[in-house]
Amino acid sequence: MKIDRETLQKIAHLARLEVKPEEEEALLASMENVLTWMEQLNELDTQGVEPLTHVTGEVNNWREDSGLNRLTREQALANAPSQDGTYIKVPKVIE
Amino acid sequence: MKEYLTLADIQHDLRAGITTCEELVGHYLARIESNRHLNAFVEVYADEALSRAREVDARIHEDRAGRLAGMVLGVKDVLCHAGHGVQAGSHILDGYNSPFTATAVQRVLDEDAIVIGRQNCDEFAMGSSNESSYFGPVRNAADPDRVPGGSSGGSAAAVQAGLCHASLGSDTGGSVRQPAAFCNVVGLKPSYGRISRWGLLAYASSFDCVGPITKSVEDAALLLEVMAGPDEYDSTVSTREVPAYSQQLEWKGTARIGYLREAIESEAVEPAIRERTSMLLDQLREQGHVVEPIEMPLLHYYLPTYYILTTAEASSNLSRFDGVRYGHRSTEAKDLESLYKKSRTEGFGDEVRRRILLGTFVLSANYYDAYYTKAQRVRKLIKEETERLLTQYDFLVSPVTPTTAFRLGEKMDDPLQMYLADIFTVQANVVGAPAISVPNGTDAAGLPIGFQLMSRPFAEEHLLAFSNYLMDLINAAENA
Repeated sequence: MKIDRETLQKIAHLARLEVKPEEEEALLASMENVLTWMEQLNELDTQGVEPLTHVTGEVNNWREDSGLNRLTREQALANAPSQDGTYIKVPKVIE
Repeated sequence: MKEYLTLADIQHDLRAGITTCEELVGHYLARIESNRHLNAFVEVYADEALSRAREVDARIHEDRAGRLAGMVLGVKDVLCHAGHGVQAGSHILDGYNSPFTATAVQRVLDEDAIVIGRQNCDEFAMGSSNESSYFGPVRNAADPDRVPGGSSGGSAAAVQAGLCHASLGSDTGGSVRQPAAFCNVVGLKPSYGRISRWGLLAYASSFDCVGPITKSVEDAALLLEVMAGPDEYDSTVSTREVPAYSQQLEWKGTARIGYLREAIESEAVEPAIRERTSMLLDQLREQGHVVEPIEMPLLHYYLPTYYILTTAEASSNLSRFDGVRYGHRSTEAKDLESLYKKSRTEGFGDEVRRRILLGTFVLSANYYDAYYTKAQRVRKLIKEETERLLTQYDFLVSPVTPTTAFRLGEKMDDPLQMYLADIFTVQANVVGAPAISVPNGTDAAGLPIGFQLMSRPFAEEHLLAFSNYLMDLINAAENA
């Protein structure tokens, strides 16, 4: 799979990552290499094969749906890089 | 201090008053200190471990100690432990202090295990050499110029070098078994869903398993028994009853064993590994077991399938690291979008970033069916192929790795070469089956070789009993 710089930047934006122009060439080369290797799967006929989504066959072992508060506000805020004791702070979103 | 192979030996000496938990912890702390160059631990909880040791000693004295009393454990830096740091070997979780404890960790603590520290690993468990850690590489105690394997490299090297009695690691594509093989210790990857993943930092959720790294099969069985079973915080954990693995370690009768022909014939597998594997298979035949070559026509497709699905799952799982609620936040951000982008770009290392980009690509609208859905279909075919073989054989066996521990830096420039280190281990994760790595001697340079066994899902009691028997067989041959 050939990918161009524009596609790489689009993917990086979707992943909320930055790729500097000087990193593009090496990253493109290694990604193309891996993607081409992944494309070996096209050698297999998978017509009519159901995609596997659950490994064990046991689906959703749910607990009782009841309210449960595992973290206090203090605990939840303790790891935030910026907070005011009630909320986590981020740069201004709306001018 | 005497070298203990099993917790039972330690507990014998604790009861006899020959040693104490405090003395054991002191011994391991000294070993950690004199082996700093291995870089196996990211953080050591010296005071806490000593004070806990005194508590456990008191409980032993009062005859009310838990089943893991005397077990000094290291925990891979991917398992949450309340009040302690956890950061998956990544800069992006700098300063993170976990507000809760992983179920696997809680269960060993409840049985009086002592956690001595958290262990170095590849960043977000992505790697086969422990070189992608933000904390720098771990070194193999058998040869410090070589890698310990990965991603649970610190956990395996710590047991190898006697820095703790056992470790808890995680295995997504071989991350417990491959380093165990490189470091001459036992590594168990249980069935998918056998142990709760609550509190395990996610890499690829449909593959990730917590697994013990030990010196004996006996201890692996005991740790599995303690950690396994239903947990209301993980909807994918199995509700099946947990057998008393540690009480069923005696193998009786003959086994049907299928081995991968390539593993002893392929040029890609190092000659010493082929030779040790063949020797062991011959021994098993002599013991009356049925040992037959098997074909896995899809072998070639295991790794590409694994990498499509795991990069996809990783790109989704790692989206939570955004610099907002915890971890590293860039000081360069001007708005919310640049806060996300700059924090993530500064926080993640090269391999993690590459896998997130690959995963985002295979999940993107134009390529979703061609890559992601295709890989899910092939995963189904691989599962069917493996299940077919596991109805004919009790165990599928192979070497754990095609090579012994390689040199630091040797494979860092070529991701594909690094990925191939997991050729024999990924199958168990792709199909959700349990598999174990047991030490099978060394090559001429003294580098450890591992032997892998895989069984039907949720047949750990058979897998462990046979592995226990197998280790006795290997040791008897070594000593003959």
